[in-house]
Amino acid sequence: MGEAIVITSGKGGVGKTTTSANVGTALALLGKKVCMVDTDIGLRNLDVVMGLENRILYDLVDVVEERCRLKQALIIDKRFEHLSLLPAAQTKDKHAVTPEQMKKIISELKQDYDYVIIDCPAGIEQGFKNAVAGADRAIVVTTPEKSAVRDADRIIGLLEKENLTDSPKLVVNRIRPNLIDNGDMLSIDEICSVLAIDLLGLVPDDEHVIKASNSGEPTVMNPDSRAAIAYRNIARRILGDAVPLMPLHQKTGVLQRIKKFFVG
Amino acid sequence: MSSKSLVTIKGIKEGLLFVLDDEAPLTEVIQDLTYKLEHTHSQFLTGPLVHVFVRLGKRSATEETKQSLIESFSARGNLIVQSIESDPIEAEPVLAAAASGMKTFTGIVRSGQTLHHDGNMLLIGDVNPGGTVTSTGNILVLGSLRGLAHAGIGGNHEAVIAASHLRPTQLRIADIVSRPPDEWGFEEAFMEFAYLHEGVMEIDKLSRLHRIRPQLGMSKGE
Repeated sequence: MGEAIVITSGKGGVGKTTTSANVGTALALLGKKVCMVDTDIGLRNLDVVMGLENRILYDLVDVVEERCRLKQALIIDKRFEHLSLLPAAQTKDKHAVTPEQMKKIISELKQDYDYVIIDCPAGIEQGFKNAVAGADRAIVVTTPEKSAVRDADRIIGLLEKENLTDSPKLVVNRIRPNLIDNGDMLSIDEICSVLAIDLLGLVPDDEHVIKASNSGEPTVMNPDSRAAIAYRNIARRILGDAVPLMPLHQKTGVLQRIKKFFVG
Repeated sequence: MSSKSLVTIKGIKEGLLFVLDDEAPLTEVIQDLTYKLEHTHSQFLTGPLVHVFVRLGKRSATEETKQSLIESFSARGNLIVQSIESDPIEAEPVLAAAASGMKTFTGIVRSGQTLHHDGNMLLIGDVNPGGTVTSTGNILVLGSLRGLAHAGIGGNHEAVIAASHLRPTQLRIADIVSRPPDEWGFEEAFMEFAYLHEGVMEIDKLSRLHRIRPQLGMSKGE
């Protein structure tokens, strides 16, 4: 019996899909059986980021409306033997699926996979409810911007009402250490003190991520990328390893404080 | 019995208006009422039917009070009690109710969430930006107040808002709205509280609370 993890944020454009793709791939690289589920019906992206768009035959809505079996809709990623994707439909909208139907699909997937990574759409409406319905754990993605932190806070409030086995975990994405040093960007300490949930990982802003998503190769496969290391660390922490936070830049100071926050 | 009369009788168009003192114990008031009805004012109170209206002031019009008053009046057959009323509730009873008890809450009031309590509230936890705490009495936050707090809803101008870390998006006390920091002239405040001074919101150190709002709690004495 596997575990379903929803990746959500409230605000759009903070990197939910990128995080889903990379964390999913990283878990697969660590030898786990992973299925990624795109619940952003009508605005699907996860297949594009994974470079699997051209292999879609059936989608989530086809499964729900019983035009195909669940197994038929799953795309098996040929680069990794343990990675599959259940794509969303592009033609329908979020109301094509109900939370109960999602719950059923996710629990069916949990029979066969170690981890089911659910990519949540932006917003707090039907799409969010669908995505959260079948999840056991949640990862909240935010960026060091006030608006993103506000929305993450709202989402955490909503997640606390769901029956999750664990409190949500935080990933801070697109960190630019120079801006934080100058005081132009929210510091990690500030974000953590407002949101008051456990930090799962810090992902620096990295050009490789943009290149990778355009070429359909997840960043984690690139050994030069700093974001890739961050995502691999996040995957290891999901598995329960104690991995220290990597330095955001060579200087210490900020990092020491973050470490202190995380450990103590 | 005090020199001040506990029962005032006034003639009004519809009949007689009895204004009862609301501070003395009820038994004393009734004693004085009976005395007046039977002795000093008996000459005015005999004769044709007279409608009687009773004002209780700030004393609440409970069934018990009403019953004992009606009994006193029934001694005079010509007095018909039409109404027994308290003054409409103003800010002060709210304050009295608020000062009497404090409700404790724990947890984080996150963006989009609201927490309301009738009376004094103590929140152990934070109020995040976008979160709202409201109360008819005082609001005390043992944590960071970063969202909106509205104390003294219903017109209690004496209410205060205090927090370990006072950094709100907006503060409201009764009908006064204030937002930091441009109106207060500081950026961050630790262990401070907001109160109304002549209709304007002001901030001061928590250590001065007992001087500004001495009625908030029992003094620790000397």
